[in-house]
Amino acid sequence: MTERRPRSFYVLALVFALFLVFLYGPMISVLVLSFQGPEGGLVFPMTGFSTHWFQRLWEGGGQVEIGGALRRSFVLALVVMVLTVTISVLAGLAFRRTFRGATILLYVAIASLIVPSIVVSLGIALEFRLLDDAIKAFGTSAGIDWIQNDFVSALGPFTSGLGAHLTWTLPFGLLIMFAVFNRFDPAYEEAARDLGATPWQTFRHVTLPMIAPFLIGVAVFGFTLSWDELARSSQVMGSQNTLPMQLAAKTTTVTDPEIYALGTATTGGSVLLVLITFTLISLMQRRRAKRG
Amino acid sequence: MSEAQTVELAAVTKRYGDALAVDAISLKIPAGKYCCLLGPSGCGKSSTLRMIAGHEDVTDGDIMIGPRVVNDDPPAARGTAMMFQNYALFPHLSVAENVAFSLRMKGVAKEERRERAAHTLELVSMTEFADRTPQQLSGGQQQRVALARALMTDPSVLLLDEPLSALDPFLRVRMRSELRRIQAELGITFIHVTHSQEEAMALADLVVVMNDGQAAPPREIYNAPRTPFVARFIGGHNILEDEGRTITLRADDLSILPDARAAEARRRARVSEIEYRGPDVRVGLETDAGESLTAVMGERTFFESPLREGSEVALGWQPEAAHELSRDG
Repeated sequence: MTERRPRSFYVLALVFALFLVFLYGPMISVLVLSFQGPEGGLVFPMTGFSTHWFQRLWEGGGQVEIGGALRRSFVLALVVMVLTVTISVLAGLAFRRTFRGATILLYVAIASLIVPSIVVSLGIALEFRLLDDAIKAFGTSAGIDWIQNDFVSALGPFTSGLGAHLTWTLPFGLLIMFAVFNRFDPAYEEAARDLGATPWQTFRHVTLPMIAPFLIGVAVFGFTLSWDELARSSQVMGSQNTLPMQLAAKTTTVTDPEIYALGTATTGGSVLLVLITFTLISLMQRRRAKRG
Repeated sequence: MSEAQTVELAAVTKRYGDALAVDAISLKIPAGKYCCLLGPSGCGKSSTLRMIAGHEDVTDGDIMIGPRVVNDDPPAARGTAMMFQNYALFPHLSVAENVAFSLRMKGVAKEERRERAAHTLELVSMTEFADRTPQQLSGGQQQRVALARALMTDPSVLLLDEPLSALDPFLRVRMRSELRRIQAELGITFIHVTHSQEEAMALADLVVVMNDGQAAPPREIYNAPRTPFVARFIGGHNILEDEGRTITLRADDLSILPDARAAEARRRARVSEIEYRGPDVRVGLETDAGESLTAVMGERTFFESPLREGSEVALGWQPEAAHELSRDG
C-alpha cells in the first residue's frame, strides 16, 4: 500500500499558503512596483522597468521632505533602543526579587500594551499642552525672555515622542527580560559570590555576559518598534515628523510610485539591520566556540 | 593551601516563612575530616550546607568555622568554598578563566592568574582542557573543573552539594576515589551533602544522618544506628520488636536455620521473595506475626540448599547481633 497524506495535510497546506501570500505578497508587490517605468502608475501593470523612482527619491524631487525625517527616525530609534535595553535589564533584575507592589507595577507597565496606541498618543499630547501652558505662565510671571519670545511647545521627537515610544517598547523589553531571568540559574551568581566577586563584579563578569545574546534581541525589538511606529507618533512629534508619519502623509498626497521606492528603501534598511544583528550574534558565538 | 578548620554548628535553625527547614542542628566536624551530611531529600541537608557557605541566612543559632562565629560574614570571608550541584561553571569563560575567576576578581595580574590556574588544573588532571569551554566537557570533566575553581580560593573548608548525583554510576565510583584522594592530599575539611548512603559510607570519616542528628563514623552508623529512622535510611537492617525492646538486626545477621536446628528458631516465616544479586542473595520473608524481614546470604551458601518462594523456614540470630534502638525522636 502506498503512503497517502491525510486530508488535514491539504487543509493545513492551504492555510499556510494563504499565510505566505498575505505576509509576503504585499511586500513583493511593492518591491516590484517600485521599479515601475517612468510613465507607469500606482498599480499593475508595469510599463517597463526602471530605477526612475529611486532617482526621484534620492534627489528629493518629491513634495515632502524625506531625508530629515529619516535621520530623525533613525536617531530616535537609537535612543529608544539604548533606553529600552538599559531600563529593561534593570527592571528585570528588580523583579527577580519580590518587592512590595511588584505585581501591581507589572500590570501598570503592561497596561500600555492594551490601551489603543492612538489614545496613548493623544493623552501624551494633552499632557504636554498642559505643560506648555505651565511653562508659558512661568515665563511670563518670572519675566524670562526666551520663553516669552521663542518658546512654542515642549512637544518634540525627543521629549513627548521619546516617551510615547517607550510606552510601547518597555513592556516588550520587560517581558523578554522576564523570560530570560526565569531561566537564569541563580547558582551562577552564588558561585561568583562564593569566589569573592562583589555584587557589581558578579553583574559585570557573570550575569551581563550570560544575558548579552538576549539583550541584542531586546535592542532589535526596541529599534524596530520605534522605527516603524506610526499611531503613537501621530500626535506627539510637535512640528517635526518621523519617517512613518512622512510615509503616511505621502500616501494621501502622492500619486506616483515614488512611495513604493521609499517603501522598498526603508524595508531594505530594516532587513539590513536584522542581517547585521544576526551576523554580529553568530560572530560572537563563533568567537566563543573557537576557544576550544 | 590553607590550614584545615573545624566547623561547628550550635542549634542552627532555618525557617522559610512558616516552614521549618532545619531544626536546631548541633554538630562538630573536626578539622581535616571528610564529613558527609546524609539524609533523604527535603531533610534540610542542602540548606545546612548553604548556611555554612553563607548563601543562606541563619534564622537562629551559630555557625563557627575555626574559632570565629561566621553568621554575618559574606561567603568569601569564611574560608569556605562551595562546589555547586550543577557545577555552575560560567559558560562564557574558558576552563582556565573559570578556574582563575576568583583571582581576577581580586585583581591579580594575568600572568600570575594563568600560572596558578594551570597549577590547580594539574591537581585535577585537566591541564590539556584549559582552553575549552565548559559545554565541551563531559560531566566528570566539568566536575573536576568546578573542584579546581573552588580550590583556587585556598579554602580551609570545602563544601560539596551532591557533587556526584549528576554522573553516571560508573563515573560516580571513580570520582568518589578521586575526591577522597584530593581530600587526603590537601588535608582540608570536606563537607559533602548526599542522599546516597553508599556514597557516604565509602567516603566519610564522619557520617551525619540528618533529621536524626546522629553523627558517627560509618561503621558505627551501620552497626549501631541509634533510631529506627537511621536504621531504615542506612538500609540493610531489619527492625523488629523482641522481648519488649525495639531491636535492629543486620540483614546478613539474620539466618535461615537448617531443619536440624529448627528448635532454636526465634521466628517462623514464609519466603516471599528471592532476589539474586551476584555476590549475594536477598531473601524477603513474612513472619507469622506479619513482620517483613530481609535476610542476605552469600551466593554459595544460598545455593548449597536453595529455597523457593513460599517455603516455610525457621529464623534465628546470635544474641550479640541484635542492637537495641531508642524510639524515633
